[in-house]
Amino acid sequence: MSTERIKFYQTGTFTAGNRLLDEATRTVQSRVDRTNSLNSGHRACQGCGEALGARYALDAAMRASRNQLIAVNATGCLEVFSSPYPESSWQIPWMHSLFGNAPAVASGVAAALRAKGRDEVTVIAQGGDGATVDIGFGCLSGMFERNDDVLYLCYDNEAYMNTGIQRSGSTPPFARTNTTQVVADHPGNPVGTGKNLPRIAMAHGIPYVATASVADLHDLERKVTTAIGVQGARYLHIHVPCPLGWGSDPAHTMKVARLAVESGLFPLFEAECGTVVRSTPIRRKVPVERYLELQTRFKHLLGPPQDTNAIAAIQAIADANIVTYGLWG
Amino acid sequence: MNVQMEGSQAVAEILARCRPEVIAAYPISPQTHIVERLSVKVARGEIGRCQFVNVESEFAALSVLIGASASGARTYTATSSQGLLFMAEAVYNAAGLGLPIVMTIANRAVGAPINIWNDHSDSMALRDAGWIQLFAEHNQEAIDLHIQAFRLAEALSCPVMVCMDGYVLTHASEPVDLPDAAHVDAYLPPYQPVQLLDPNDPVSIGAMVGPDAFAEVKYLAHHQHLRALDLIPELTQAFEQHFHRQSGGLCSPYRMEGADIAVIAMGSVIGTIKDVVDELRRASIPVGCIKIGCYRPFPMLRLRGLLEGVSRVIVVEKDLAVGVGGIVSADVQLTLSGRQIPVHTVIAGLGGRSISTSSLKQMIVEARAERLTEPYFLDLNKTVIEQELARRRDIRRAGPVAEHILRTMNVMGTKVS
Repeated sequence: MSTERIKFYQTGTFTAGNRLLDEATRTVQSRVDRTNSLNSGHRACQGCGEALGARYALDAAMRASRNQLIAVNATGCLEVFSSPYPESSWQIPWMHSLFGNAPAVASGVAAALRAKGRDEVTVIAQGGDGATVDIGFGCLSGMFERNDDVLYLCYDNEAYMNTGIQRSGSTPPFARTNTTQVVADHPGNPVGTGKNLPRIAMAHGIPYVATASVADLHDLERKVTTAIGVQGARYLHIHVPCPLGWGSDPAHTMKVARLAVESGLFPLFEAECGTVVRSTPIRRKVPVERYLELQTRFKHLLGPPQDTNAIAAIQAIADANIVTYGLWG
Repeated sequence: MNVQMEGSQAVAEILARCRPEVIAAYPISPQTHIVERLSVKVARGEIGRCQFVNVESEFAALSVLIGASASGARTYTATSSQGLLFMAEAVYNAAGLGLPIVMTIANRAVGAPINIWNDHSDSMALRDAGWIQLFAEHNQEAIDLHIQAFRLAEALSCPVMVCMDGYVLTHASEPVDLPDAAHVDAYLPPYQPVQLLDPNDPVSIGAMVGPDAFAEVKYLAHHQHLRALDLIPELTQAFEQHFHRQSGGLCSPYRMEGADIAVIAMGSVIGTIKDVVDELRRASIPVGCIKIGCYRPFPMLRLRGLLEGVSRVIVVEKDLAVGVGGIVSADVQLTLSGRQIPVHTVIAGLGGRSISTSSLKQMIVEARAERLTEPYFLDLNKTVIEQELARRRDIRRAGPVAEHILRTMNVMGTKVS
């Protein structure tokens, strides 16, 4: 059995060990009064980024809304691993309707609350990337353009993992999935496809759009808290590694997520009313290979022989993000 | 208040008095006038704090109501045809979750070929989704059914469709009695949900259910429908006491005393059938009519009772189960299982074709003479069909059916060569 040295970080780093921080800047998750909105005992895989992201996001949302929260969930891993009766893991009012309608259901919850004058209650809709960028996209766009008072959380693990790792509109170029297999001269997911949902959300001109990652849970909590304080349609796109679908070690979820951020492949930024207003600088830029080599879905690129063109294309995406979002601090 | 009003406008007026709290709207003919009028009433503040949500699709319309209903709001939308089919997944979901949403179906044909006129194909397609389906004969009944629908839906926590024939009713101007708001309030109490998304008392709604419990959850939905068979007569009786007129109900007989033949149908064609019954009765032909007012749940017991002593049944239905024939007639045959009497299926009025009294009379004459083919298509132009079938035998690349039939019947422009 292999072992790994665990490093403990001090105040001032971006890691979770924040007991040395002053009270106001501590994470919600480190507080004794955290609500455990997504409670332990659910059936997520080891190292699941989505379960981690959801837990932090919802506990932060609960704190920011003074525990006045209703969550609507699209069909997907999060719904399936959290809900089978009689062991619902949800400690908050939670509803699942369909795969493609979570934003509309949430709009309905918000409308009912408005009709009843219960303005103190916050409505969240959440789903994976399939529910968000593909099947629920129409409802999501409708919720955005009406500027309904809903915070939408997308947990992006870059494929349909619940059904067994099929390509979604959020699958990165060259990634192997079970519907973008590496056969003949096909290098996995075709390059030049897919959609960038945060940019599309921004194009709706909604008050708040942000990206976050489980690599930086403090930042994730802060963005959820910011979003709860904004009225209207809000969108938070959270990068969540999936060990099963990505072929990464469950113990490396945080590491993989961090390398996505530090390579520039997953830029962290915030936008208000269609304009980027803040981005998180990369402290130490790493080449994309460091990210790719931890995941078997990119194994075919690393060789031998190495697919230098493909790796250069992925590096170009990272480099472009660094320029676009001003990630050199 | 007695007024002369278009069906859709009247439905909107009565809807406002039912005090919905969330209305979702997406345009599709022929229901659009209903939500247009409601949008005005909401904007004027005539329906309290009611929220009117302009959505991007019918799928979203019903999804919005699913969220709103689970949050304790009385909810309403209207749709037709392709719109109902586009929301099909949510239709099943709303019923499976037990949410008492009320939806008007302005019945319209389902394409292809695209057709905006009336038949019952749309609501028939969703007949087994778990919604109660009530059918209106005329506009007075349509508005009365909406008042009853909310009370029924909320009593059972089960969604209800009020089906009214597109154009024939929705766009027809008829005199109607619109009860005032206080009167409606006295019949329809405020909505008390049985399940609620409430931060102060959190529950999980819509959890995954496996093989161990799925059948039981589904059975309970069936049980609620069986309860509806008892509750609907009670509610219509209470309605009559309160509003002083009969409206709705499971099924209603017309001149069935001593009837040898029963013609069964749903919706506005009942009016035409009643005229035919009157005429044939004058000629001493013992025919009667039964209106099915509630199609889901199907009122088997009540219908079986009404058909005692009848020796022949004709089901006139505005839909077609392709490859089978009738849909309603299959339910009627099941109702009459064990009784050796002929049940004729008559497919009529598809895509808005008029159902004339003369055709109906002829149909009854043919049935009595044992000359009805099964299923019998009322007023089908067989010459055109023979021509088209022959043409398609001869030419492999025969082209689209609809366009050729239109050309043959000379109802469209000539061929561009």
